[in-house]
Amino acid sequence: MSVASHADTPLAATAAHDHADSHEDGSLTILGFWIYLMSDCILFASLFAAFAVLRDQTAGGPSARDIFDIPYVAVETACLLVSSFTYGLAMIAVERRNKAWVLRWLVITILLGLSFVGLEVHEFIHLTSEGSGPDRSAFLSAFFTLVATHGIHVTSGMIWMSVLIGHVMYRGLTPANRTRLMCLSLFWHFLDIVWIGVFTVVYLLGVA
Amino acid sequence: MGRLSMSAVPMDQPLVMGAVGMMVIGGLVVIAGLTYFRLWGWLWFEWMTSIDHKKIGVMYVLLALVMLLRGFSDAIMMRAQQALASTGGAGYLPPEHYDQVFTAHGVIMIFFMAMPFIVGLMNFGVPLQIGARDVAFPYLNNFGFWLTASGALLVNLSLGVGNFARTGWLAYPPLSELPFSPDVGVDYYIWALQIAGLGTLLTGVNIIATILKMRTPGMTLMRMPVFTWTALCANILIVAAFPILTATLALLALDRYFGMHFFSNDAGGSPMMYVSLIWTWGHPEVYILVLPCFGVFSEVIATYSGKPLFGYKSMVYATISITVLSFLVWLHHFFTMGSGADVNAFFGISTMIIAIPTGVKIFNWLFTMYRGRVQFTPPVLWTIGFIITFTIGGMSGMLMAVPGADFVLHNSLFLVAHFHNVIIGGVMFGCMAGFNYWFPKVFGFKLDERLGKVSFWCWFVGFYLAFMPLYALGLMGMTRRLEHVDNPVWHVYLVIAAIGAAVIACGIGATILQIAYSIWKRDELRDVTGDPWNARTLEWSVSSPPPLYNYATLPVVHSIDAYWEEKREGLDHRQLPSYTKIHMPHNTGTGVILSGFITLLGFGLIWHIWWLVVLCFIATVATAVAHSFDEHRNYDIPAAEVTATEGKYFKQLAAKV
Repeated sequence: MSVASHADTPLAATAAHDHADSHEDGSLTILGFWIYLMSDCILFASLFAAFAVLRDQTAGGPSARDIFDIPYVAVETACLLVSSFTYGLAMIAVERRNKAWVLRWLVITILLGLSFVGLEVHEFIHLTSEGSGPDRSAFLSAFFTLVATHGIHVTSGMIWMSVLIGHVMYRGLTPANRTRLMCLSLFWHFLDIVWIGVFTVVYLLGVA
Repeated sequence: MGRLSMSAVPMDQPLVMGAVGMMVIGGLVVIAGLTYFRLWGWLWFEWMTSIDHKKIGVMYVLLALVMLLRGFSDAIMMRAQQALASTGGAGYLPPEHYDQVFTAHGVIMIFFMAMPFIVGLMNFGVPLQIGARDVAFPYLNNFGFWLTASGALLVNLSLGVGNFARTGWLAYPPLSELPFSPDVGVDYYIWALQIAGLGTLLTGVNIIATILKMRTPGMTLMRMPVFTWTALCANILIVAAFPILTATLALLALDRYFGMHFFSNDAGGSPMMYVSLIWTWGHPEVYILVLPCFGVFSEVIATYSGKPLFGYKSMVYATISITVLSFLVWLHHFFTMGSGADVNAFFGISTMIIAIPTGVKIFNWLFTMYRGRVQFTPPVLWTIGFIITFTIGGMSGMLMAVPGADFVLHNSLFLVAHFHNVIIGGVMFGCMAGFNYWFPKVFGFKLDERLGKVSFWCWFVGFYLAFMPLYALGLMGMTRRLEHVDNPVWHVYLVIAAIGAAVIACGIGATILQIAYSIWKRDELRDVTGDPWNARTLEWSVSSPPPLYNYATLPVVHSIDAYWEEKREGLDHRQLPSYTKIHMPHNTGTGVILSGFITLLGFGLIWHIWWLVVLCFIATVATAVAHSFDEHRNYDIPAAEVTATEGKYFKQLAAKV
């Protein structure tokens, strides 16, 4: 068996280096991003754990039952879930190379994301003005931190989406931009899944 | 300027100002030298903006060596203080300064010495070992290095501007909460670690993706060199564990900055939750450091015994077992919390189980040497020193894994002796073995062996002198982190420990001499073959230093120890009739610039300079976005240039033969 034969494989064929590289199918970047998402998942897991430990530590202040308005949060949840669906439609448009519809669905996704964050911020302001801010008790610290961390993620997702709209308008649905849209897709659906965890563990179990 | 004023500079403390003065003078000398020799352009274009994994590896190790000097000065100061302040005297360090010294020592040695050293070795070694031309994300690799450097900069800045934490290296609350640590020390701690931790996470993602997707044809997972296997496992641990550190420190920051109650004494906060969370990161961290060192020892012992590694498969499975088990033992750091006998028993037993895969490894190394022709070079000395020292350290760990025994030994110098026993004996010895082993590959000339041996013996003897007395002191009841003690019986042990530290200092001095002497004698120590040790893995099949693109053509692998097999069949080092162009990424300064903004951002957060925080945050995002619009990131190295580079190497080889 010859051990020393050499494959004439250019770098790009085995592992391309950059998403700007036209030879590349983007799988390396997507794998890397997926690994990052798993680390983000553990970040959320830590916050969930902290919330689970502190959820009954109300220190004489309001408990979950006193402050959560489930129908309100249900509307908020609906906005985010529908935004995941519209992002899915954007990805279908990407597959069909339909630039105009990609942009339209991205804008609609951002608007839904804005509604979600807007509702969340409104809830926070409402709670804080009632004296139930994050410094009131350990329970509220954990609640605000977990929910706001998710909200900050959604906000960065929207900033990223705006930048990608710029990329797509500027250069079209190039392989590099398709890879980027795919990464953001993973990110956006991931945030959806995390929110389902938040809605269940924080809100539903909170008032149960 | 927030909390920052001229009073932040501790002008009234001659000792601190002396150290700051030395650092400033050192910095000025470097700057003057760079200017005089007109090296700024070279530094910027060849090193700072380089995305070559080999150069980034070198920069990591350089950072680690500089930080070793800083962290070790802290160690000498502590040993001197305890030796002087154990017969009724006050010593020379006031308590508030001593507290900063032991905190800084731990933080620097773990985060800014051991971590960069390990990451540097992995950065350099892994792509070469798997036959890749770079890592998966070269630009993020550069960015990650500068984030680590940024964290190191903030820690060192705290010496001259403000102060550092006085909390111990893990900053347990409630002591680290605002009411008990109102100044900037803990904030320096938090932001330095957050920034460096982000860099480490990027490295983790990068190296996993590299190993999973960029192996050369034929290199299946079970044909990877053991060092690459340990790197894979260590980086999986990084990705799984570092987010917990990030979350924990973020929660502590929220307590301090927004008056929240995660870990506070009042309003329902739980200080013990911090301890539990931080050790959920902290215990895997120990294995993040030591696993790659196990990999180094495996490479070293196989190479210098001239034999394949004994039990390759068991080595791989032992590594994977340790990776999994490392997440199941964290509670042994706080048996005294009072979780109850059942919980303590579970974690005591899971801790003891880790000794099994580790024992497998120890026996594999011993059996590799058995009937081999072992050459007693410095890397082998470090490896044998490790096997002895680590086994002793491991056994003292097993002792403390018994919860009942731990109640007596908890927080004593016995514990301090134990973890230095495994971290110096395991991680530091491993780093030094790897440093001596790969140095010729990195720079094209070998390190002087005589001085390498002097360094080893000083470290080895110094270690036992410095830490065996600490075991004894721990059993006599001396607790850790004492600024002075009043028991004259302990004095003699503390003096021996201080002498040990001085001997280790000689070892560090010998390493510096070794580097300087080897640079001076580099023509005599030149490695023209690229394979000075008759080694086994692929990185030795290219020239020393390797060309920018590592491999002109990707090697095809058919077995473990691919290069050894090539040599055995007499097929190594063939010049090909023709070469093709190679696609490589451009250097970029974005990582340096982003890290600069992030350093300032951290500084603003530490000192509550909010305008600076906002400004730097916007600048960071804007720079990153602007970088994403740069699509000219790659270029081709022309075939002619590849032919010329390879030709030069083959000419060199022919001249040697």
